[in-house]
Amino acid sequence: MTHPTGSRINNDLLRPLLLTSWRFYVLVAFFGAFVAAGLIAWLSQIFFGFGISGLRWPVYWGFYVTNFVFWIGISHAGTLISAILRLVNAGWRRPVTRCAEVITVFALLIGAMFPLIHLGRPWLAFWLFPYPSERLIWPNFRSPLVWDFFAINTYLTGSILFLFLPMIPDFAVVRDRATGLRRRVYRVLALGWRGTPKQWHRLETAMQIMAIAIIPVAVSVHTIVSFDFSMAPVPMWNTTIFGPYFVAGAIFSGIAGLLIAMAALRKFLHLEEYLHPVHFENLGKLLLVMALLWGYFVFNERLVTYYGNGPAEMAVFRQTQWQSFAPLHWTMVFLNFVLPLTLMGIRKFRTIAGCVIASIGVIVGMWLERFLIIVPALGHKYLPYSYGTYRPEPVEIVITIASFAAMSLLYVLFAKFIPIISIWELKAGEHPPAPDLVPPATEEHRLGDLRL
Amino acid sequence: MTAVYGLYPDGASAQQAVNRLRAAGVLDRDITVISAQPMEDYEFGQMDKATWMWWFACLGGLIGLSAGLGLTWLTETSWPMDVGGLPIYAWWPNTIIIFEMTMLGAIMATTLTFVLSALWPQRGRTLYDPEVTEGQILVGVEHPVDELVSELERALSAPPGARVKTR
Repeated sequence: MTHPTGSRINNDLLRPLLLTSWRFYVLVAFFGAFVAAGLIAWLSQIFFGFGISGLRWPVYWGFYVTNFVFWIGISHAGTLISAILRLVNAGWRRPVTRCAEVITVFALLIGAMFPLIHLGRPWLAFWLFPYPSERLIWPNFRSPLVWDFFAINTYLTGSILFLFLPMIPDFAVVRDRATGLRRRVYRVLALGWRGTPKQWHRLETAMQIMAIAIIPVAVSVHTIVSFDFSMAPVPMWNTTIFGPYFVAGAIFSGIAGLLIAMAALRKFLHLEEYLHPVHFENLGKLLLVMALLWGYFVFNERLVTYYGNGPAEMAVFRQTQWQSFAPLHWTMVFLNFVLPLTLMGIRKFRTIAGCVIASIGVIVGMWLERFLIIVPALGHKYLPYSYGTYRPEPVEIVITIASFAAMSLLYVLFAKFIPIISIWELKAGEHPPAPDLVPPATEEHRLGDLRL
Repeated sequence: MTAVYGLYPDGASAQQAVNRLRAAGVLDRDITVISAQPMEDYEFGQMDKATWMWWFACLGGLIGLSAGLGLTWLTETSWPMDVGGLPIYAWWPNTIIIFEMTMLGAIMATTLTFVLSALWPQRGRTLYDPEVTEGQILVGVEHPVDELVSELERALSAPPGARVKTR
């Protein structure tokens, strides 16, 4: 396997920034059209009122909260995985980390939009903030929704900084290569970076500290999102397994999102020399592990409910196993368990195409999982008088599709203006430390040579 | 003259240049080394390694923890509400907010320390060559004493592949 030289790395990874093809404009127009449609749908919901959505008693949480939980889950693709790979000093992480970290930031931004969309009157969102007011409407400071606010904001702030700090040396590379206005912009972004040993040490120390800090924060975020459900006395929500179940599901969908993004970048930006099949294979193995873990959690949750045989729980259980939600439930099981197990478990299917097919399945399956946690339980609470159904209306469907388009649009724009693979980390990977300076336990694997 | 420096194609020759500058009597703090990637496998890459960043991160975490304690205490005692029989100041739920603010404090302190210790002090120092981006390693001395310039040039030009420049 050949390894690109420093100058070649610059040329290859800066090409998308310095040259713009017609494909970029087509992609921006395509995804932009969906985002515009989503904005129009949201504005129409604000103008005509929440009645045009399918949310009504007793199911007040539908597509919007499903999307919120789903996107917060997707955000676990990046910073968490990147931080773990950084701490264990996995050499194969180098081309992967930034692709992953970007997903976190954009997924969090999109996910955080949904509570606002769900409010109906978003201009009154500030009523939720814990501040002294004359309205005598006091926020409940012990509510899981307040925990969400703190957890998501901490994770978002940490993820933005975790993404931004290692971009500074790359901004300096673009600064040195660019001309005119672009040069001035990147000079500001580079913050005077030169590349002295002191700067490199400080950067690597900062990344180490942030990696250590961000891992528990990432785990806490989805645990806290699960608390939105498990703290409520609703059948099949009030369970202790939800914390780890949600975290595992989030990492699962996050890895799937990362695999799809990497495959798209490899194809459209011609990064075949940087994103090797071994990267997909390694992440594919992680996907396999998470599929098994997810299957274990689902089995555990269902088995305990079945043996508990509580009337309210069993009403929801029956709905999902063999009544109205059964087709969605078994589709979810197939997409989240059977498909990845088959494609990632059998070595000859663990190709880039196999990873992408399994990942698309997992993304759809995990969205269904969030939906199936929320809607059947709300529609079948403890007393039959509160039974109800939920049917999503066009406004919710359009906004949901727009959120996926927004993610794609933001990703395309990011890859246009910022090197999507960390240039300096890739170069550092091409210069493995001298053996006498590195204890064997932390020895780096050269790019693409690692076989788990 | 504001600087004399050499550009080197690899770490070994850059290390030689640093050693020769030291032999010529230049102190480590006056030697500038610039590279496009961390060069920790060479001795010159270990310069300025000591840092208080971990301690500042801990301090930031402590500040965040105190802010979390203060915020939860103030809000819950200022607007006391009975929620399901929980105490007015309930430790279990508050731990979550205190934890998040502790981590946020550590992250913010780390970023601030990085900016103030690595980026801010560089603002007065201007020695740089865009060829570093292409993989060259710069070793030089800023604001050298005029009498030493020729000796520095000799030291910098000795390693293989060196290209010495002055500004």
